[in-house]
Amino acid sequence: MKKEITLKINGEEFTKEVEPRTLLVHFIREDIGMTGTHIGCDTSSCGACTILIDGKSAKSCTILAVQAAGKEITTVEGIATTEGAHPIQEGFKENHGLHCGFCTPGMMLRAIELLEKNPDPTEEEIRWGISGNLCRCTGYNNIVKSIKYAGAKLRGDELPSTEPEFVE
Amino acid sequence: MIQCKTSKEIGGMGHSMKRKEDDRFIHGKGNYTDDVKLPGTLYMDIVRSPYAYAKIKNIDSSEALKIPGVLAVITGKDLEQYNLHWMPTLMSDTQMVLPVDTVMYQAQEVAAIIATEKYIARDAREAVRVEYEVMKPVVDPFKALDADAPVLRTDKPDKKDNHIWHWEVGQKEETEKIFEEAEVTVKEQMHIPRIHVASIETCGCVASYDKVDNYLTMYMTTQAPHAIRTVFALVAGHVGLTEEKIRVISPDIGGGFGGKVPVYPGYVIAIAASFLIGKPVKWIEDRSENLQADSFARDYHITAELAGTKDGKILATRMKVLADHGYTDASANPSKFPTGMFSIGTGSYDYPNAFMEADAVYTNKPPGGVAYRCSFRVTEAVHAIERITDRFALEIGKDPAALRFQNFIKKEQFPYHSPTGWEYDSGDYEAGLKLAMKGVDYDNLRIEQAEKRKKGELMGIGLSTFTEIVGAGPSKDFDILGIKMFDSAEIRVHPTGKAIARFGTKSQGQGHETTYAQIIAEELGIPAKDIQIEEGDTDTAPYGLGTYASRSTPTAGAAAVMAARKLRDKAKKIAAYLLEVSEDDLEWEPGKFSVKGAPEKSKTIQEIVFASYTNHPQGMEAGFEATHYYDPPNLTFPSGAYICVVDIDSDTFEIKVRRFVAIDDAGHIINPMIAQGQVHGGLTQGIAPAMYEELIYDDDGNILNGTLMDYLVPTAVESPSWETGHTVTPSPHHPIGAKGIGESPTVGAPPAIANAIVDALKPYGITHLDIPITPYKIFKALKEKGVLDKNIVES
Repeated sequence: MKKEITLKINGEEFTKEVEPRTLLVHFIREDIGMTGTHIGCDTSSCGACTILIDGKSAKSCTILAVQAAGKEITTVEGIATTEGAHPIQEGFKENHGLHCGFCTPGMMLRAIELLEKNPDPTEEEIRWGISGNLCRCTGYNNIVKSIKYAGAKLRGDELPSTEPEFVE
Repeated sequence: MIQCKTSKEIGGMGHSMKRKEDDRFIHGKGNYTDDVKLPGTLYMDIVRSPYAYAKIKNIDSSEALKIPGVLAVITGKDLEQYNLHWMPTLMSDTQMVLPVDTVMYQAQEVAAIIATEKYIARDAREAVRVEYEVMKPVVDPFKALDADAPVLRTDKPDKKDNHIWHWEVGQKEETEKIFEEAEVTVKEQMHIPRIHVASIETCGCVASYDKVDNYLTMYMTTQAPHAIRTVFALVAGHVGLTEEKIRVISPDIGGGFGGKVPVYPGYVIAIAASFLIGKPVKWIEDRSENLQADSFARDYHITAELAGTKDGKILATRMKVLADHGYTDASANPSKFPTGMFSIGTGSYDYPNAFMEADAVYTNKPPGGVAYRCSFRVTEAVHAIERITDRFALEIGKDPAALRFQNFIKKEQFPYHSPTGWEYDSGDYEAGLKLAMKGVDYDNLRIEQAEKRKKGELMGIGLSTFTEIVGAGPSKDFDILGIKMFDSAEIRVHPTGKAIARFGTKSQGQGHETTYAQIIAEELGIPAKDIQIEEGDTDTAPYGLGTYASRSTPTAGAAAVMAARKLRDKAKKIAAYLLEVSEDDLEWEPGKFSVKGAPEKSKTIQEIVFASYTNHPQGMEAGFEATHYYDPPNLTFPSGAYICVVDIDSDTFEIKVRRFVAIDDAGHIINPMIAQGQVHGGLTQGIAPAMYEELIYDDDGNILNGTLMDYLVPTAVESPSWETGHTVTPSPHHPIGAKGIGESPTVGAPPAIANAIVDALKPYGITHLDIPITPYKIFKALKEKGVLDKNIVES
């Protein structure tokens, strides 16, 4: 028995019939057709499917679509503005914060909430803050750097250098 | 500092150019296999075996087929009718696509469901009833060779045991004699654990067969699209799917690390289903399926020995390996050696003699293995040699850094011929270790350690000074099913001076769209931003062998250089024609030819390209295009000097990596930012098996940690803040002096960490611990040594 739900995704309202058991991530990817939100596991461990629900980060593989009825959802497709990339997107590109790009959308959305709650986090706070999101490519150094850069940009502070640093 | 020959606008070699591919990824516009949507797509799910070894008595699909939307349940017997139930492996072994009568490991594919929706397919999976007769599996590789062990491969009529192959290399008799006579010998038994690549994207495909045109388009997570196309044609040619009728498209890949080289049964079943039904069939495996059934790596049991003098001179090494391959040798190993490049095991040291041997066995575990972010089996060899080197230093009471300096192959000894038959191209191991020691402040760390030891605190310093062997490869030693391991590049420059270049490799995050453009920019002076790079489509790209084993820069990167140089030669002819001078009167600077002594008379590369389409000299071929297939004369031998500092809590034995300094030498660097990123990522994949990851099986062959809930992929918290640097020793045979970089850190990091931990425990007489080294292993080892309070008991 399908159930009708209405919700907003990236500011646009959608009304759809879904099976009650449909996971939100499948709803976003298959029913809405936005494939920027990824699936990397089946145990809520990897965080590749992280989105914002009413501004709070959540793993969309662990929530049913029907539970999101009436909510406002933000996915990676919805964070840039008409003026350009979101500071977190700019941070990831400028600091080589991604390799294969698969974990990146979830990582960025998690970081957006982290920076809203803690606009100037320390390295340790960033590391704990993204510990629900796995990246297999980058070794995290440059993800930390990307988030620091985005924090500075959001605060209006001077931007840190994006040049790689080497032991010399 | 890295010197650049080109301006920032051109963006050639040495510039830390931001990646061209990033925009689509940060905006959610990447196109991974699961994002491919074709009209009328059907979904496939797979019934898997709960047992490690069992006879299939019956498969009852009747309830599953009653579910609306379920179109088919495919079994091994169905595939047998088309002779598609077995397929060849890259190691000339055979692997089941679907079993007809016996399952050989837990999570093996048993039947496939085809349904109109993903959720319906999953419902049907639960409704298929399979009756098994469970048998006692062979799990322990040592017991696999026992006389009373059941012979697992009963499909091979002549097979009388579980032994797969024996391999050996080196100077057996000389080495034995040295060991008999040596002043000092050391020996350790070590296990390099069975681990998993665990790329965040799992494996999958969309097989789309068009019955009218007899044409298969296969979107799939593959690191080697052309080789896969050839394999498919060899497997399915007899049913009419010949190579010109197969197009393999490898879209964006969410991490590969070697795990996306093999052909998994799921791909073949999806093709068979699409072929029979005539509609696209999508198969995307779950993470748990991925961990439990695909692409394990390592699993080498090594006895490593070293003979030397009391004052530290290394004389010989001896290594004996038992390799657990699971139920078939499905290694993704494109060399002619069954152990791949394990024979790099004399490492960075000047060994007069060495002897290595290996035996492989079948067990009831998933097949493999793959070359997880290393040229095949280099990680195992490097771990053994770096650990046993430290063991030797411990035995004679010498500082492990001093011991390494004493025994390094010297800079002037290159090209160096190793006792196991390799010709190392270049290296400067002393320079690397000196920089690493300076970077970490080695001498002061040793002073600090001595003080801490007096207080009973556990601090360790570990070194790893390794040599890698990458860039397969010279065709004399490397092939896939007979196809030699060259790689290719095709460059087309359009009339307006912008270009597209296509390659036979396939990036999985390495940044090829940027680095290949930089190589071409270096050679032609066309700005890298104006050069579009395309890979992963067998209908458009020149034939190549794919991306793994750090081979893309050594092979396809070199092909790009050679193709670009053909174009520069042509450009010179056109420039001479346009400027009405002889070619000898021209000189090149990035981006233009000018007349010697009259620099105002010049033609830019863009003007020359335009002329090649609009005003080319009579008798010259029009256009500006070149292709090159590059077969490297030798492998490249990157190296590294890594130093790890650990602090171990003396109550909980929690291990904290305080510092990790990694100095790599991969010759000339194309993009320092990307090269550094590769090192960061590889180091985290190095700490993973050193401290966290291992696929564990119980005596019945059940996998005990087959999900990400309990297989610990390091997060940002487990991963330390890496400190990296480089020395530059160019490869003499590579056209731009580059070597591979992607895999060095995964190879070099585990022994540095293990050596640091063992060093911390040195006062307690511990000489070796197998990775992953956990607080519990340290607890157990200390308890066995009797150093712990007798009242502490395991709960």
